[in-house]
Amino acid sequence: MGGLGEIPIGQAVASRRSPDAADALGFDPTRYVRRDAQGFDCLGLVVEDMHCAGCVRRLEGLFDDANAPARARANLTTRRLMLRWLPGSADPRSLVGRVQAAGFKAAPYDQSAGAGRAQERHMLRALAVSGFAAANVMLLSVAIWAGIAQDMGATTRLFLHWISALIALPAIAYAGQIFFVPALQALRGRRVTMDVPISLAVLLAAGLSVWEMMQGGGQVYFDAALTLLFFLLIGRYLDFRVRGRVRATAENILALQTTSVSVIDDGGRQRSMAAADVVPGMRVVVATGQRIPVDGVLRSGETEIDSSLLTGESVPRPAHPGDRVFAGTLNLGRAVVVEVGATEQQTVLSEIVRLLEVAEQGRARYVRLADRAARLYVPLVHTGAVATFVGWLAVGATPYDALVTAIAVLIITCPCALGLAVPAVQVAAVGRLLRRGILAKSGDALERLAEADTIVCDKTGTITLGRLDLADSAGIADTDLDLAAALALTSSHPLARAMARARPGVRQATNVAEEPGMGLAATIAGVGSVRLGNRAWCGIAASADGDGDPEIWLTRPGGAPVRFVFQDRLRPEAAAAIGRLRELGFEIELLSGDRTEVVRRVAEQTGIAHWRGGCQPADKVARLTALKAAGRKVWMIGDGLNDAPALAAAFVSTSPSSAADISQTAADFLFQGDSLAAVPEQYVVARRAGRLVRQNFGLAVAYNLIAIPLAVGGLVTPLLAAIAMSASSVIVTLNALRLRRGPGR
Amino acid sequence: MSVLVYLIPAALFLGVLGLCGFLWAVRSGQFDDLDGAAHRILDDKEPPSTDT
Repeated sequence: MGGLGEIPIGQAVASRRSPDAADALGFDPTRYVRRDAQGFDCLGLVVEDMHCAGCVRRLEGLFDDANAPARARANLTTRRLMLRWLPGSADPRSLVGRVQAAGFKAAPYDQSAGAGRAQERHMLRALAVSGFAAANVMLLSVAIWAGIAQDMGATTRLFLHWISALIALPAIAYAGQIFFVPALQALRGRRVTMDVPISLAVLLAAGLSVWEMMQGGGQVYFDAALTLLFFLLIGRYLDFRVRGRVRATAENILALQTTSVSVIDDGGRQRSMAAADVVPGMRVVVATGQRIPVDGVLRSGETEIDSSLLTGESVPRPAHPGDRVFAGTLNLGRAVVVEVGATEQQTVLSEIVRLLEVAEQGRARYVRLADRAARLYVPLVHTGAVATFVGWLAVGATPYDALVTAIAVLIITCPCALGLAVPAVQVAAVGRLLRRGILAKSGDALERLAEADTIVCDKTGTITLGRLDLADSAGIADTDLDLAAALALTSSHPLARAMARARPGVRQATNVAEEPGMGLAATIAGVGSVRLGNRAWCGIAASADGDGDPEIWLTRPGGAPVRFVFQDRLRPEAAAAIGRLRELGFEIELLSGDRTEVVRRVAEQTGIAHWRGGCQPADKVARLTALKAAGRKVWMIGDGLNDAPALAAAFVSTSPSSAADISQTAADFLFQGDSLAAVPEQYVVARRAGRLVRQNFGLAVAYNLIAIPLAVGGLVTPLLAAIAMSASSVIVTLNALRLRRGPGR
Repeated sequence: MSVLVYLIPAALFLGVLGLCGFLWAVRSGQFDDLDGAAHRILDDKEPPSTDT
């Protein structure tokens, strides 16, 4: 999750802008400095050309020595660098200068907001050009290879070579920029990133092909250079899009925070001001139906507050003067006055966003299976190619022959099968899940899910539907139900809406008066004066018989008061799905922000042995951290805003599609519909995908074990290489497609 | 074999036509919100039709 510190909320404590600071860097970093809870100054930078783990090491290394002015923490997922230092001990301008001197482009967040989209389009164009060129050159190459087996004339072959060159060279010059430019920047900053060997391989293959063509020789490698470029660009583009989404979410969350508030000044007048300028001690007016903009204490007015955004608790909570209220919660009752206790940067909502950010950084350290394979494979291939070159020279081959053989080794080992092994399976798995209404957000989520061994789930909205329904209407007369529903239709209170849902088709009562936080009253023809609301509203003495479930009462002339109880029901198949997950070997825990007795009941109904109620967002994250420390790989299932940090902190996570936006963004999987049966399905597919990936790796390795020695020995003709390479790719793809059929459970 | 002199440019021309179509689609913003379309299937509500 992206840092929020660099977005304008930080400006409240920023030092005054100095006019000349902007000139050297193109922006003034002092404007984006904010102070964190531990008293450090922080500056968040977007480093767009941060691509690999090497860059992260390099960036953090800039600030690694003992007398460095600041501490740095890079995040590859969001491409951000967070700098922290003791106030006064460092100049933000010199810190940014240090990053830029190392060859990185660094910018504070809001400056680069538009750059992401432009770069995405550039990448897409490069992808299209390289794809077009690769396909056409490949067609020509097949003709050439076939011509070697038969007897193509030298002139025709040269003609085809020239056409290939005319297509390939401009395409490489255009599409290759995505790799060449960062590679050049890296070299200038005396670094080596993955872009450097990629650029080298592409340029070397193209250069040698041109030289070979000029000599009238038989082997050109334009097809290899272009296919390599095309496949790598696909990966880069998909990667870039995922990061773009993460960046965009940071802005969305900020939109939740109210930007303008009504403040009462000393003279008792109201005036409007920006939420960022509010200081503790001010009094803020919050109208009915408004989100409370600040954390603080209720000073006047009785009301009810919907905190579902923060806690996941679906029942509105009454609030009295002196109670603490939190930013992001909704005022359901009448207008109230809140005394500001904390500014926007320290609210519970900001805290959730901060937790989310820290948690995302933890997960970014997961290394995908393909990357782990590449880490082993790439040095092996390069060493192999160099060894081939040196070896052939040593046994007396000409430098040209040795180089051609070495490049043949590079090309035949071009990780096509290896590169296809994982994505092909993941595409098949994601497609299969999608048909069942489950969206897997990334391929590596499947890998992580297959390794998970412990489930932590939320209650409200996850095990249950997250919606209150009338619990038991058996003992209540139909006329009373209809009467209550007729009144309830006029209100937007959650309990009134649940009441109205229980009796569809009832006509709305007229002339109903609503007393916010209390209830409804009306005079109905033929019945008399009717009241629907809480105990106090209906004049019923408080008693100890309540089980804690939300309730409303109905009173009318000539009858005993009627009590309606509401409960949040379990999702369909909840118990069966939990049982199935336990069969699959999971340990399951239930952590909820809801009241203990409600959590206990749900745990008993679904057969979950470990449960805890009353959890704060930080408690959930703490539990996840404890489980992680115990070596568990936790699969978090949750939906509320309060679950978002936990969803991000977990090894892998799932949300229902009814979840809060931020939770949907934080989760790896989303499932549609009410039934919980979608949850075990995800795991079953993920585990089969894992098995197929390992099989595919086996096939790819077997292909290389046979092909590489032949290539090193100089025995592979281009035709043979083409057949072997395509055959291995086709086998790997077909194996992946097996996932589309076969047993579901 | 001399027919290749016409056939290959003709094939390339058709390919370039397709490429141009794609580049046009990129320029006109067809690819700006791919995720949005994917997420929309999860949205139980029907979105307003003014969305592009």
